[in-house]
Amino acid sequence: MSTVVNEKPEAVRMSEQGKPVTLLEAIREGIWEEMERDERVFLMGEDIGAYGGAFKVTEGMQQYFGAPRVIDTPISEIGFTGAAAGAAHMGMRPVIEMQFIDFISCAYDMITNYVATSRYRGSGPQPIVIRGPSGGYVRGGPFHSQNPEAAFFHTPGLKIVYPSTARDAKGLIKAAIRDDDPVLFFEHKWLYRRPQLREVLPAEDYIVPIGKARTHREGKDLTIVTYAAMVHKSEEAAEILEKEDGLSVEIIDLRTLLPLDEDAILESVKKTNRLLVVHEDTRTGGIAGEIAMRVNEKAFEWLDAPILRVTALDAPIPYSPPLEDYFLPQTEDIVKAARHLANY
Amino acid sequence: MASKTKSPPAAAIPHGLTREQLLEMYRLVRLTRSLEEKLENLFRQSKVVGGLFRSLGQEGESVASAYALRRRTDGTGDMLSPLIRNLGSMITVGATPAEVVRQYMAKGDSPARGKELNIHFTDYQRGFIGQISPLGDLVPVMAGVTLTFKQRGQDRVGMVYIGDGATSTGAFHEGINFAAVQRCPLVVIVENNQWAYTTPTRLQTAAKSFVDKAPGYGVAAEKVDGNDMLAVYGAAKRAVDRARAGEGVTLIEVMTYRRKGHAQHDNQSYVDPAEIDRWAASNDPIDRFIVTLKENEWASADELRAIDERIDAELDATIAEAETSPLPEPEEALTDVYADGPVRAPWTRHTPADPTQA
Ligand SMILES: Cc1ncc(C[n+]2csc(CCOP(=O)(O)OP(=O)(O)O)c2C)c(N)n1
Repeated sequence: MSTVVNEKPEAVRMSEQGKPVTLLEAIREGIWEEMERDERVFLMGEDIGAYGGAFKVTEGMQQYFGAPRVIDTPISEIGFTGAAAGAAHMGMRPVIEMQFIDFISCAYDMITNYVATSRYRGSGPQPIVIRGPSGGYVRGGPFHSQNPEAAFFHTPGLKIVYPSTARDAKGLIKAAIRDDDPVLFFEHKWLYRRPQLREVLPAEDYIVPIGKARTHREGKDLTIVTYAAMVHKSEEAAEILEKEDGLSVEIIDLRTLLPLDEDAILESVKKTNRLLVVHEDTRTGGIAGEIAMRVNEKAFEWLDAPILRVTALDAPIPYSPPLEDYFLPQTEDIVKAARHLANY
Repeated sequence: MASKTKSPPAAAIPHGLTREQLLEMYRLVRLTRSLEEKLENLFRQSKVVGGLFRSLGQEGESVASAYALRRRTDGTGDMLSPLIRNLGSMITVGATPAEVVRQYMAKGDSPARGKELNIHFTDYQRGFIGQISPLGDLVPVMAGVTLTFKQRGQDRVGMVYIGDGATSTGAFHEGINFAAVQRCPLVVIVENNQWAYTTPTRLQTAAKSFVDKAPGYGVAAEKVDGNDMLAVYGAAKRAVDRARAGEGVTLIEVMTYRRKGHAQHDNQSYVDPAEIDRWAASNDPIDRFIVTLKENEWASADELRAIDERIDAELDATIAEAETSPLPEPEEALTDVYADGPVRAPWTRHTPADPTQA
């Protein structure tokens, strides 16, 4: 067992000291605090120990909490996801890392067949967090850029969280760890260290409840419902639309995809009467379809225009810059779709 | 070259190799290392899109193992599927530096036309299938490739590479087990370079050695010094011959060492530098091969130098040419999703018409 130092390293005391943190640091602080608060919480993943993980989210944790609580696993997504399930049966609260979220598909069977159905089958709760870096805009190619949320969105029994700000990231990872259900926690790698996202977080313990959307920007002419990196692209678009078109755009950041905060979506649509759904994931079978259908069912009379969506194209994510730029939603795509909606 | 006629008879070359073949192996391994060095320069100039993975210290086993395959260019030879550190294997079965450089630079005329990266590309004619990033997946895939050889009564063989780390995946177990049961003509090369990213082999498997796993699958096994090119060639050749003779799967554990970080961004903080230095100083596969070639008088210093010079000149020209290649057109992103034409971009993207106008 490695030595346990009692002094928390500087890197995880930023919020206590009133210093701004990145989204990545916010997640690290959140996991750290939950591990201190609850000794049932432990971590597993590839290279997360001494090295602190491929993206350094777990940096310093093995030194501080010891190797039994921060376990470097073999490259075995099925193995450690299943092991997390077993530990959860025994009352533990495992947090496991997919080195890149793309590799979550290796554990798809374990997550969807075993973990998601456990409570329903009478085998008890599965308080597991499965987290990892996701998303594109980094030229990572087809296997280091995916947004696999839709593959799991269709699985009852799972919760899916995908934060866009440092404050939410910390509050949501803490909520996810405390949640008694399995939570898939996606972390957008393009947001991890963005200096613009640095913020000073509350010094005291706080959580952001799972299942509650957040109004990222107030507006009255149209609503953009979005999440993760697209919150920031939408914000850029909203600023352009305000300056160039005098449009007032409301942005709803879902934060949690499953369960979906239908009330927040409907409330905003009833106010602005126009809806644009923006997600980075591919289009067909994407979450936008579900959102549009719910609005259709419950707020049709309030709509002044068809619901539109801006998404990635229906292709695997490519590597080369011009292809990736074209494939992924860009700010100008959002501006264009919003203009169309506003002028409808 | 002048002394050729007068020199004393050279020691017999093992494994039925000829002097010409030894020189070819030397050219391939040298080319692999030089190409990676040039790629590293390009990476530093930000001309490589994405990451760069070196195989420094492992080039010998890549080249020597692939060299044991029947290499053809008409789609009738053996097949291999490499891992990220098997540039040498790819080059050996005929991938060209021009292709590799273009892949790394994400060019429109790269084999994957900008859709995929590094050595993830395929050519059935020359006999290689590109890997994908999720580790282990190509073991069952190559089981299927070799199953087909068997079903068709072809005497073709497959070779698949897997890292010590990736042997921990479910795909590896299922794949090798399937191939073993079906007695597929498959050679599984487990590259034990002692690290999987930052994880040492002892945290990957509790087995003392990967060859110990072979009896559990019911396959033959051999362990070999991976930085001794002739030894690797010998082991690979025996396994290939066994496979071709219908004797099924062989697992070869190749003992080697990853002298660079996992990729360029990895500073190897978790490795004892003395360990790397030891391998560099006394166990470099190319240095060892050169010594063997010279000591046995299978090649002269002049011959080797001439090969080196030719490689350098060729690579410089190749890179200069690749740099002028254009990046792909954006719409390339929509092609090859299906056989019957490109997928359509939604009207909100880049097309002037919208449905209300239609
Ligand atoms: C299924 C899966 N999980 C995780 C990764 C991330 N990853 C990429 S390479 C690597 C280490 C591979 O080590 P090894 O198989 O020993 O090959 P080496 O790099 O040593 O050649 C990891 C963990 C991956 N590519 N696929």
